[in-house]
Amino acid sequence: MNGTPTSAIFLVLRRLRTPLIVLIVIFAVSVLGLTLMPGPPDPNGGQMPPLSFFHATYFISYTATTIGFGEIPYAFSEQQRLWVTACIYLSVIGWAYTLGTVFAMLQDKNFLNALAQQRFARQVRRLREPFFLVCGYGEAGHLICQALDELGYRAVIVEKDEVKVGDLELQSYSADMPVLCADAAQPDSLIFAGLTSAHCRGVIALTNDDNANLAVAIAARLLAPSLPALCRAEHAETVANMASFGTRHIINPFEKFGEYMALALHSPAAYHLLLWLTGLPGTAVTRHREPPAGKWVLCGYGTFGKVMADALESAGLPVTVIDRAAPLAAAHNWVKGDGTGVEALIAARIEDAVGIVAATANDVNNLSTVVTARQLNPKLFTVLRQNHVANRALFDAFESDFAMVPAEIVAHECLAILTTPLLAPFLDAVRHADDAWAETLLDELTGRFGWDVPAVWSVGIDSAQAPAAYRLMAHEKQPLRLGELLRAPITARPPLKCMALLLLREGEAPRLLPTPDEEIQLRDQLLFVGSEEARKDLALTLFNGHTLSFVLTGRDSPSGLVWEWLADRRQTSKA
Amino acid sequence: MNLEKVVFGFFIVLAATLNFGFFIGEIDNPVHHDIYELFAAVVVNLIATVLKFGDRTQIGAIHLATSLVADLQLLAAAMTWGYAVHVTQLGLSASTMSSIVSLSGGALFANVVSVVILIAETIMQRR
Repeated sequence: MNGTPTSAIFLVLRRLRTPLIVLIVIFAVSVLGLTLMPGPPDPNGGQMPPLSFFHATYFISYTATTIGFGEIPYAFSEQQRLWVTACIYLSVIGWAYTLGTVFAMLQDKNFLNALAQQRFARQVRRLREPFFLVCGYGEAGHLICQALDELGYRAVIVEKDEVKVGDLELQSYSADMPVLCADAAQPDSLIFAGLTSAHCRGVIALTNDDNANLAVAIAARLLAPSLPALCRAEHAETVANMASFGTRHIINPFEKFGEYMALALHSPAAYHLLLWLTGLPGTAVTRHREPPAGKWVLCGYGTFGKVMADALESAGLPVTVIDRAAPLAAAHNWVKGDGTGVEALIAARIEDAVGIVAATANDVNNLSTVVTARQLNPKLFTVLRQNHVANRALFDAFESDFAMVPAEIVAHECLAILTTPLLAPFLDAVRHADDAWAETLLDELTGRFGWDVPAVWSVGIDSAQAPAAYRLMAHEKQPLRLGELLRAPITARPPLKCMALLLLREGEAPRLLPTPDEEIQLRDQLLFVGSEEARKDLALTLFNGHTLSFVLTGRDSPSGLVWEWLADRRQTSKA
Repeated sequence: MNLEKVVFGFFIVLAATLNFGFFIGEIDNPVHHDIYELFAAVVVNLIATVLKFGDRTQIGAIHLATSLVADLQLLAAAMTWGYAVHVTQLGLSASTMSSIVSLSGGALFANVVSVVILIAETIMQRR
């Protein structure tokens, strides 16, 4: 697509120009000829006049459209019949040509593209709810769209590959996801897809091409500076480039996994807590074995291999690298060879090692490496890089201790940033806290909510997100305690299945795990974790004044003018 | 020189000249207004309209609009003629003739606008 999208109607008109002119000319020639042909002999001995324009037009109209009422208004003369014979063949040719052109146009790729684009533009224009602009519908894009759909957000997708666009149409999302088959690196396609729309909540660039992601990042920065842009970047240069013009969220799956690995080595409980909080909705987290301390073997010293070597070495663990080429940093032990072969693994002294990282860009080689290594040393802790989600069955069958799936890491990270901005400060606190604190918290949370990925959401006490609570606190100056709010709006008022993780108050440092007696103030920001029902109940409580007063007092307040007036009277008469 | 431009200009000017040819003469005298000329004007106007399809510029839009107006007026004139002769069976009275000719006069105005736009467009071109 270049420039503004072509309007289908103009394309139709332009294509039909010649057939229409041919039809008009044939019609005109036929009518004209018919008005000139002499009529049949008159019974009185003279000659009937030729057909008038009115009759000629009438006759040609029903003859050319093959309706054929016969010879009206009188039986024709031989000259007239001769001319009509010619007209019939002329008009058949004209219609055949016109219909041929129309059908050819309906099959035409340009025309179909124009139609698809128009439909897309209409869908985007009619979106009256918040949506995210997702560029690139690869594996990560697929996961993100599924998660957004599950969370009730809409997504507008720009994808270059027609096959993937076709695949998307087969997915059964609960909401329509408008999709445009275009290059996301072109700013025009982004604007067309609603980048500058008032309802756009964020841009997510997930194509597998770093340059395209960079182009999206800069387009978002210049055209919609207030929107959060989440961009995937795998090379250090791209990361630096994106950071240079202030891209807010740069997601490097390799760096991220390196951080996870470092965290898992440093504090396994914190690692599990992080995994549980940022999991994809609808999945469960299983508890992993903890990565052991000792000698590690790393196969494949590429972008990911470097990150992993750094993570392991900063935890004080010795690393032996197996690669065909010598690593640039001479500090590592290096064994020349291929991780898939027994010789190289033995040369790297796999029998003394505690763990192995298979970090090449080839899934089959990675699997082959760890299977061979496990045969040599069954107690090995295995970290596997899985490049394609499609190979999941193989990786599940192997049961590695850690699987690093770039698409999933990117999806987790995006969701955490987009849906709950307050989660980032909490996770930072988790990363830096000591292991015992994280262990207690993890046990408490998973004890209450199970290992299924919970709902994590943030609430601002303001007039938009919590109008009922805001009114109560701002106008009636009634103090509210956190514990009082977290009750279900049903008869017994049991505590909601949720917990506050973080309280952010203007001018104060973020407070972790606020207690139930904490008094809420206006414009507080709270981060909750819990069940999906608790989230809905709490939203109702904060939104609806009657629910709020029931949750606080346990009494149903009257609604409607008459009942409120009656209740007031009863109150005053009692007093 | 572009053949497409020649054809385009030819039909627009021809539509205006045929229309003028029919229009000129005493307004209520059927002898001064030939039905074949009206027929030719209608056909050439329709062809000119179709030639203007599919141009998305502002000038293209005005071009198409003037042509549609001319078509409407000429078809109305032709229908009035047919109605007077065949449906009412009264033949061409002076009042019918003047309404036919005045309708074609309206179409003539639209065609003149079209020609003016054509000329303005040509003058605006720098080469």
